[in-house]
Amino acid sequence: MSSLAEATQTKQSVIQCDSVYKIFGENAKKMLQSANGNVDAKSFQEAGCIVGVNNASFEVQEGDLLVVMGLSGSGKSTLLRCISRLTDATAGNIFIDGEDLLAMSNKKLIELRRNKMGMVFQSFALLPHKTVLENIAFPLQVKGSSTGDSIKRAKDMVDLVGLDGRENYFPRELSGGQQQRVGIARSLAVEPDIWFLDEPFSALDPLIRKEMQDEFLRLQGVLNKTILFVTHDFDEALRLADRIAIMKEGIIEQLDTPANIVLNPATEYVRKFTEDVPREKVLKIESVMDPIDSSEELSDLQVSKDAIIETVAEVVLNQQKPVAVTDSNNKVVGVVHRSHVIKVLFGSRGPLK
Amino acid sequence: MINHKIMDYSSKHSKLLQFIFLLVVFLLLCQFITPSENNFLWRFPSLIAGLPYLINDSAEYLMFDWWPIEVYDPEIEEFEEKPLIQQVTRAISASILFIIGLIREIILGGVKTIVIFTSWDFVSENKWARWPALPWTVVASGAILLGYKLQGKGLAMLAGFSTIYIAVFGQWEPSMQTLSLVLFAAPVSFILGLSLGIWAYKNRKVELTLNPFLNVMQIVPQFSYLVPVMVFFGIGDHAGAIATIIFATPPMVRLTVLGLKRVSPEVLEAGMMSGCSNFQLMYKVLIPTARRDILIGVNQVIMQCLAMAVIASFIGAKGLGFNLLLSLNGLRIGQAIEQGICIVLIAVVLDRMSLAWANKQTDYFADLTFFKRHKYSLIFLAIVVAGIALSYIGTFFFRENFNYLYIVPHNKGISISDTLQEGVDWIWDTFFFTLKGFNIFLIQQILMPMKAAYLSMPVVATLSLTMGVGYIIGGIRSAVIVGGFILFIALTEWWDRALITMYLMSFAVIVSSIIGVTVGTLCAQNSYTSKFILLVCDTFQTFPSFIYLIPVIMLFGVTDTSVLIAVIVYATVPATRYTVVGLRSVPPDLHDAGSMSGVNRMQRWIKIELPMSFPHMALGVNQTVVFALSMIIIGAMIGTDDLGQFILKALSDKIGIGNGLTLGLCVAFIGLAADQVIRTWANERKKILDIS
Ligand SMILES: Nc1ncnc2c1ncn2[C@@H]1O[C@H](COP(=O)(O)OP(=O)(O)OP(=O)(O)O)[C@@H](O)[C@H]1O
Ligand SMILES: [Mg+2]
Repeated sequence: MSSLAEATQTKQSVIQCDSVYKIFGENAKKMLQSANGNVDAKSFQEAGCIVGVNNASFEVQEGDLLVVMGLSGSGKSTLLRCISRLTDATAGNIFIDGEDLLAMSNKKLIELRRNKMGMVFQSFALLPHKTVLENIAFPLQVKGSSTGDSIKRAKDMVDLVGLDGRENYFPRELSGGQQQRVGIARSLAVEPDIWFLDEPFSALDPLIRKEMQDEFLRLQGVLNKTILFVTHDFDEALRLADRIAIMKEGIIEQLDTPANIVLNPATEYVRKFTEDVPREKVLKIESVMDPIDSSEELSDLQVSKDAIIETVAEVVLNQQKPVAVTDSNNKVVGVVHRSHVIKVLFGSRGPLK
Repeated sequence: MINHKIMDYSSKHSKLLQFIFLLVVFLLLCQFITPSENNFLWRFPSLIAGLPYLINDSAEYLMFDWWPIEVYDPEIEEFEEKPLIQQVTRAISASILFIIGLIREIILGGVKTIVIFTSWDFVSENKWARWPALPWTVVASGAILLGYKLQGKGLAMLAGFSTIYIAVFGQWEPSMQTLSLVLFAAPVSFILGLSLGIWAYKNRKVELTLNPFLNVMQIVPQFSYLVPVMVFFGIGDHAGAIATIIFATPPMVRLTVLGLKRVSPEVLEAGMMSGCSNFQLMYKVLIPTARRDILIGVNQVIMQCLAMAVIASFIGAKGLGFNLLLSLNGLRIGQAIEQGICIVLIAVVLDRMSLAWANKQTDYFADLTFFKRHKYSLIFLAIVVAGIALSYIGTFFFRENFNYLYIVPHNKGISISDTLQEGVDWIWDTFFFTLKGFNIFLIQQILMPMKAAYLSMPVVATLSLTMGVGYIIGGIRSAVIVGGFILFIALTEWWDRALITMYLMSFAVIVSSIIGVTVGTLCAQNSYTSKFILLVCDTFQTFPSFIYLIPVIMLFGVTDTSVLIAVIVYATVPATRYTVVGLRSVPPDLHDAGSMSGVNRMQRWIKIELPMSFPHMALGVNQTVVFALSMIIIGAMIGTDDLGQFILKALSDKIGIGNGLTLGLCVAFIGLAADQVIRTWANERKKILDIS
């Protein structure tokens, strides 16, 4: 425990989970104690307990976007609800900005939610009796802001998510995508540091989903918040994530960068899960880069080593000669050959080089 | 697929066999048990005949001995020992009387509330010290304005017609008396129901404790409420108001819990994540989101209040109900019709207005000027001024007589009661033989034999039949529950009376169900007739049950037939409604599936629609039972010889509380036993058919 406290002091993460368990059922606590940390979903289920989250430990740094993935029922929402304390974890510790979440008084918790947290729900969860503007202003009014201030701020939010002109509509008069914009605007109204999104786009059709993802990336570019994002759509995860956590039956099987998850799956389950993911969507140019060979003639084009292969594949393939790869300081650090790119795009799943 | 879902042949046949076996046992028992007072198999000894006395004694003890407290008596200028409950009930009665009096005097004028703050001397010395009545023109225009504001021209016209009718026919005073009772009881019931509902929602234990009470209270006949209220609170408007509140609160509790539970968990969580405190969560998120159900609860409360306010006239609540009671007792049908119409009009107007209010959405952000925002208040203010001016002008016109522009005194309006009475007499004279013939036929050929058959059942046979049905439908659990209910009744001294109630009930339920299902099915064939019949059902349901007695007495006089017909009309409403709703909610893809496999209309109805909507219809029949029971008991007023008659007697009995409550429980248990069987069956079917 004391070492933990030290750790949080030296490098404070925004969210820190230590062996968090959430088990549903009458005598969950007792069962957990007797199991001594080794929770087996099957045997628990036979005893009438459902395992939601099983021994989750991880940290999220400021400005990080962690995507939580997994099949339906794998415990993604439950994990999120533990960290926002919508439900109390059965065991373990959760620290928000170094503060012990589970030890917080009700009052403190309300303060925390009013000032630091925002959440977007899968089914939008708007208040049906309030208009767009009122819904967005709601967290502010709950906080005690004056009507004038909160409405003004809500109006800014409406503009931010591109809903101007619909301030006085009721949720039922809006399309799904528009409702979710309201949900997003509401969660951002109090300028939270931590932003939870639980499958925010899965109720939307593909076209609007794409649009909303772009919108989301634009917003995150501007706001740079610490984000926990739940989805079960891998494409979505790849577009958004800094890191991805893959869950199965409550256990976090692997938590890593997208590329590592695809290239070095930690378990058989993760391998299966990522099997069909197109690698060009995950890998950066860096991973197919060769060292500079001065004898080679390079094309005029240069690409960044951090570029995702998919995004630059076309231009690289259009070059006759190998393409120079630069780092963030525009210094040439390597070359990329077309053959490698082709191998990623069409090749087998074997080793890359 | 469909066939597989709808019928499970093997289990169906085994059930049929069980039923046949049960019937054989029942008949054998009937055959071989000899009717004799000493035969326990024929009639159980009334082992709990002492229960009413126990209740009486407890009530008396509570009222007169329990927990004495020191009370200062200003008259003898000394402290005196008085029982707590009595003091509390007195205090409650006094405050209720004051509030009702206040509402009444605002509308009708008076001095009583002024006296509370001053003294009789002051009032009699100062002639001006009298609260003037609100001229009826003001109330009427106010109602029109409110109707317009809530819904538009239609409701405004309805409100206008109703208020003017009431005024012109000289029923203003009793109507306003009834209304003031409702205006007091409805808000209290609302607040009480809402609070209990919230409590039950927050605390599962409370909900579990409350549930059985709510179940019983829904079926206990209205008269039974009156008895204990009378014992604890005496007689008068306050007692009427209290009975009304007790009667009208349960549906509010139910709908509150239902509404709050229906709020999606994510909306709740969204509220929590917005940083709501518990209080904000309840009042800013949960209740507004559940607004629809809660406001339907308000509508129910108002309707129940009105229905009960009429019945409360039995324990001295003034108003239309009281006058109606007098007219009916004196067989002045013409007058009764006039008064009945008043009650119906008030009911319909209140119903429509509260529903319109429930469905109204406010526009918070419309950019309104002061005048626009307060338009209606300003108009109302103008109406008040104009109305007062008008009644002032009226003093010049009607110098000698009553000022009709101010208030139309009771029974001094126009009356068509004589004409109506002539009409009634004419109907009697013209159709006398037809009606009488029908009446005699029904009584002699059907009712009497049926009644005799019921009475000739040995108690053991009845018990095994009901328990057996419970067992076949719902297993051992249902059998025990049903058996418990029936056994309770069998052990009281009113088993024979209960049998008569059961006979009336089963006759009415069978006829009502047949009519309801037939009419419902016919009307469900297209959406226009469906809407129409639902509207008719709605309207009929708003009438206080009392009202149904007027036309039947008019046609059949004071007989069992009258009661039964009133019961049948009243109880057909839910059967029809549930049939229509059930048939209309059969999923359309099932229709298509049927059409694809080439069934014709009739086959579709028999093979698909009917079985699919059976569970829903069953719930309609369940409601029919409840409705029928409540009406049968009210029918005691025009003479039946079942449980209801005894409840009515308990009302005029000084120590009637024990009898009244026990009898009320008997009636409730008949209903609950039927409820148990029907509901279990319906749920079972729903599970099989996979509909929720
Ligand atoms: N309140 C609850 N009571 C009992 N069990 C629950 C409760 N909430 C969730 N669970 C169970 O916990 C497990 C994890 O549920 P969770 O909602 O976290 O899944 P999820 O990964 O979010 O799935 P989805 O993608 O469908 O949203 C499931 O087996 C679920 O049945
Ligand atoms: Mg989920």
